[in-house]
Amino acid sequence: MKTLEELNAIREKAKATMTVREDNSDVIRVVVGMATCGIAAGARPVLNSFVEEVARRRLKNVTVTQTGCIGMCQYEPIVEVFEKGKEKVTYVKMTADKVARIVNEHLVNGNVVTEFAVGSFTK
Amino acid sequence: MRELSLNILDVAHNSIAAGASLLEIVVEENSASCEMLIGIYDNGCGMSADEVQNVTDPFFTTRTTRRIGLGVPLFKQAAEMTGGAFRVESRKNAGTRITAQFKTDSVDFIPLGDICSTILMLITMNTNRDFLYRRIIDGREFALDTRELKDILGDVPLNEPEVAEWMRGFIEEQTQIISGGVK
Repeated sequence: MKTLEELNAIREKAKATMTVREDNSDVIRVVVGMATCGIAAGARPVLNSFVEEVARRRLKNVTVTQTGCIGMCQYEPIVEVFEKGKEKVTYVKMTADKVARIVNEHLVNGNVVTEFAVGSFTK
Repeated sequence: MRELSLNILDVAHNSIAAGASLLEIVVEENSASCEMLIGIYDNGCGMSADEVQNVTDPFFTTRTTRRIGLGVPLFKQAAEMTGGAFRVESRKNAGTRITAQFKTDSVDFIPLGDICSTILMLITMNTNRDFLYRRIIDGREFALDTRELKDILGDVPLNEPEVAEWMRGFIEEQTQIISGGVK
């Protein structure tokens, strides 16, 4: 049984291990479109996968957030990656399966996964 | 939408856009009468009588604001095609109450789906707001109230992975208990 006492223990543990976010200047922002179009196309599992994968790898310099309609509903689910000093990267027709690769290759190693990016779909 | 829980996720975003600080989401099932009720109640900015009239019209949205769009009409359609009902009540500066009733024995009834993920996503993506999730099955009920959790957690945020995991476990376990699945 999950009890509120358990939550107390989680708090004590989390307080001890919670690290201050790294310098804000190198924060990578992952933004998932969560309007009606995005949700209907399957954005919920995509957002979930990003949150889980980022937590699993303990990436302290990555934040995952949501936004409304990005404006290209036919390419939903859409994910945008913002990184200071770099051009925005837009991933389209996302699935939960594609997330691990983007986290690994792009967020960790800095190489855009071009085959999932908008350019390779609209050309 | 493939799951009603996705409609809930979608429509709840309207409450967030309306600046609500507290959202109550109720999912109540009654197996004897084959009914399901979904309520999304908020204390956001509310709507005028005119806006309430138009909110279920898919062509009401203006492109610049995108405040309503297809979300509410799709939810309404999902309820009405089962033979159920749909209601929007709102008062300016007081809040909005959306209630959808479904007949679960209709062939057009869309399953509730992964409601746990919807609730968790709303909570962890909007930690500055409070959520009250109430699940009722044949008169048995449990609730998850983020105000209660915040009291215990102090400055540990609700989107801390271990906290999110606890909430998932709690919702799944309690749902099983009130479904009669676990003694």
